[in-house]
Amino acid sequence: MQVIKPLLAIRDLAVEFNLHGTPVPAVKGISLTLWPGRTLALVGESGSGKTVTSQAILGILPANASITQGEILFTPPEGETVDIAQLSPNSPAMREIRGDKISIIFQEPMVSLSPMHTIGNQITEAIRLHRDIPKAEEKQLTIEMLTLAGFPKPEQAFNAYPFELSGGLRQRAMIAMALICHPALLIADEPTTALDVTVQAQILHLIKSLQQKLGMAVLLITHDLGVVANMADDLVVMYHGEVMESGPSEALFRNPQHPYLQALFAAVPHFDMKPGERLRPIREIAHETSAFKHGLGAKTEAQRQAAPHLSITNLDKSFGSRKGSLLGGEQSTTRAVFDLSLDIAVGESFGLVGESGCGKTTLSKLLMGALKPDAGSILYNAHGEQIDLGSLQGEELRQFRRRIGLVFQDPHGALNPRMTIMNILREPLVIHKFGNEQSQRQRAKDLLALVGLSPRFLNRYPHSLSGGQRQRVSIARALALEPELLILDEPVSALDVSVQAQVLNLLKDLQQELGMTYLFVSHNIAVVDYIADRIGVMCRGRLVEVGRREQILRNPTHPYTRALMAAIPYPDLDRPLDFQRIIGSNYSDPASWDSPYAHGPEQHTEWQQVAENHLVRIAAGPALSNETGEMGEKNAPEARL
Amino acid sequence: MLPYIARRMLMMIPTLIVISFIIFVIIQLPPGDYLESYISELESQGESIDPAQIAALRSQYGLDEPFLVQYFTWATGMLHGDFGYSFEYGLPVSEVVGDRLFLTVVISVFTIIFTWMIAFPIGMYTATHQYSWGDYGLTLVGFLGLATPNFLLALVMLYFANVTFGISIGGLMDPEYLDADWSWDKFVSILQHLWIPVIVIGTSGTAAMIRRLRANLLDELHKPYVVTGRAKGVPPFKLLVKYPLRVSLNFFVADIGSMLPSIISGAEIVAVVLSLPTTGPILIAALQSQDMYLAGSFLMFLALLTVIGVLVSDIALALLDPRIRLEGGRAA
Repeated sequence: MQVIKPLLAIRDLAVEFNLHGTPVPAVKGISLTLWPGRTLALVGESGSGKTVTSQAILGILPANASITQGEILFTPPEGETVDIAQLSPNSPAMREIRGDKISIIFQEPMVSLSPMHTIGNQITEAIRLHRDIPKAEEKQLTIEMLTLAGFPKPEQAFNAYPFELSGGLRQRAMIAMALICHPALLIADEPTTALDVTVQAQILHLIKSLQQKLGMAVLLITHDLGVVANMADDLVVMYHGEVMESGPSEALFRNPQHPYLQALFAAVPHFDMKPGERLRPIREIAHETSAFKHGLGAKTEAQRQAAPHLSITNLDKSFGSRKGSLLGGEQSTTRAVFDLSLDIAVGESFGLVGESGCGKTTLSKLLMGALKPDAGSILYNAHGEQIDLGSLQGEELRQFRRRIGLVFQDPHGALNPRMTIMNILREPLVIHKFGNEQSQRQRAKDLLALVGLSPRFLNRYPHSLSGGQRQRVSIARALALEPELLILDEPVSALDVSVQAQVLNLLKDLQQELGMTYLFVSHNIAVVDYIADRIGVMCRGRLVEVGRREQILRNPTHPYTRALMAAIPYPDLDRPLDFQRIIGSNYSDPASWDSPYAHGPEQHTEWQQVAENHLVRIAAGPALSNETGEMGEKNAPEARL
Repeated sequence: MLPYIARRMLMMIPTLIVISFIIFVIIQLPPGDYLESYISELESQGESIDPAQIAALRSQYGLDEPFLVQYFTWATGMLHGDFGYSFEYGLPVSEVVGDRLFLTVVISVFTIIFTWMIAFPIGMYTATHQYSWGDYGLTLVGFLGLATPNFLLALVMLYFANVTFGISIGGLMDPEYLDADWSWDKFVSILQHLWIPVIVIGTSGTAAMIRRLRANLLDELHKPYVVTGRAKGVPPFKLLVKYPLRVSLNFFVADIGSMLPSIISGAEIVAVVLSLPTTGPILIAALQSQDMYLAGSFLMFLALLTVIGVLVSDIALALLDPRIRLEGGRAA
């Protein structure tokens, strides 16, 4: 009788980094077992050692890292067991395993593919290295694989460069490249973290279906428990290089034993939260607002009644782009914000949801005055006085900017690496001549307390802070001038779940304590749901649905909103993603929606009331089929890829 | 692509017209002209000159014409290959430059090949073995090359070449071939003399290129796409050449624009020290003695090479890097 061996068995593996002569353990004696054809999820926050483990399996550890103990036993189908830990990373034996028996896909499909080589070239390279077959057949195989990976036009994709593809297609190309040799094990390192939710659902479905077709095992590395619930058979939870808990996902989801795993579950925002229920981050932070009480929070009822905080009317913004070759080619225009009207009340928290490219970032730039709208107006209610943003210039505009704060998505890019935290926090004060040096220093200290960081951070540089700490510094800087309106552009999407919960709680508290108005932009409805009072859903530059939080969540009416909601993976085994629903069509294309929502790019649309305060956009005028150039005066074709 | 090149060629015409005018203005800027510096030189040697003869010379060379007329005569002359007359040499400019231009190009081409052959392997080695003894050692040698004045190196090399190999000092060939017609022996003699200027001129450029290649490669080596390649099982050397090296070539191609003019004008001081029959020393002398047509035509030639060089490197960049070729101004 033949004994079935596990495909991958890691026993007591330890990996150390050598940082300037000091050994730093990254993985401290972990063990796990992966059976052929199964999916094992490796869950943990950044720095938990999950990526290092995957690098050890592939023999692609960074030069300053080494395996200090343990074994990685890999048994390919119909093959001998090898201990990868004993193989030299550059040995021919290891190279034969890499890309043939075990392959990997990464988080960032853009930077993980060479910008200089075509997709076809990069995929074919993998076959050429591991298989000895004629050239014509190589191309044939690659095109078959691209078709399998869901490319609508595989022949065209073969000759395309990565930057010509959308994020989702790039990840599909990565998958095609990883699977071209039909590996026994696919390592997926955060394969969907950088993607929009609907694309994420499609990619997860693709991995799952290819797994069945090719009979491979998947080692899924992620911090998203929602993804885990939809993908994994077994689960290993890592924290600081150690395994906290492991077992079948069924058992772990239903009955998490370890406090860390329980805490991870408590930190994920979900739709069943009761009003006033808070997320429980793994490390709670305390913050101090006493120094800010005086100036803010003074929103009078009269002010609320006078006008909305922000009143946007028929806002339009297009970008021209030069497409095609070096020669210029024809001009084409993309409408980033399209006839957008929106009121945000004083003290309200408005959540704006949409996928990448829907125009939400352009909108926040328009509000900041960083871009000028092509048409439309933005009225700002400054303590009862209405200011028209479009009319502001020079000194007036400079003074006005104090009223709006902005927090960006990527805390790495948003803080100047050459400035200390003190200088970063002082900069807005210096620009607006706010107090003398001493009071500015004191204020920087107060600002750090406001976001729950100790003053000892003042003399440090951003690189020595963790992602969550950096984002808090970023928030503190945005609050330096006591803005009335805070625009948060995807403030937590680059953060781990537990840190995300921390920052979300902080933002929620600050809004109430300081009485600010929020415009919270995100692609994750669950996150927006936690923060916002009212939600707007944006698609292709247009708002398609607006309503109170519970209205949108209980009764999502617009097909796009529904698609977004359906695509969110829940950390709950009883609510699996309905892949069939999501895969079917391209939900961000207005033409694909059901009647009466479907409309052509230039067709007029109008609001329809679903309930009080709950509006949904439907097509107006002639139906889609006989829409032909009637909107002649607005004849700017929308760019499509 | 072709219309683009055609458009760029058309744009070169106004650029060159403007450059030619600026060159002419600058050459005319110092007070006086060639004749005046010639007279003062003669007078300092105690000789006197008949003013009538001066006036005759002046009108013969057109030096008494208004500025714009002089410029126009020179500029239109260049269009049909007449680059003017060198006062100093008493010959048409094209004849003065002719042979030297050829030898200059020979030296420069060899220098560039030498630079690449040394710089590429060393740059790749130091980048992949960062902070190793090899890296530090080669970096030290590179810095020595960068820091040593070229003329000093030239003198040292001349000495050793003469003492060790018995090669005659200075020049690009043995004296007996100087005015001889081209022959196999003359060619061999040139090759024997060539390596000294090539090494001397090449060292500083090599060191700079090693450093730049190393820095560019280091930026690329840790990019995720390199890890992807490793994960595919690509052997290390092939991985290095196909991915990071290819991407880091951009700086190198962008450099071609400045390389062409330096082929002609580069390394004047070394050329003086080694008494090489190249064009560099002529340019310096022409500028000193206000030999305006020689200097002007020379500068004009450099300008033309610069403009062509930039065009060549732009086209090469577009061929090399699909992002430049296909993305155009899309991001803007």
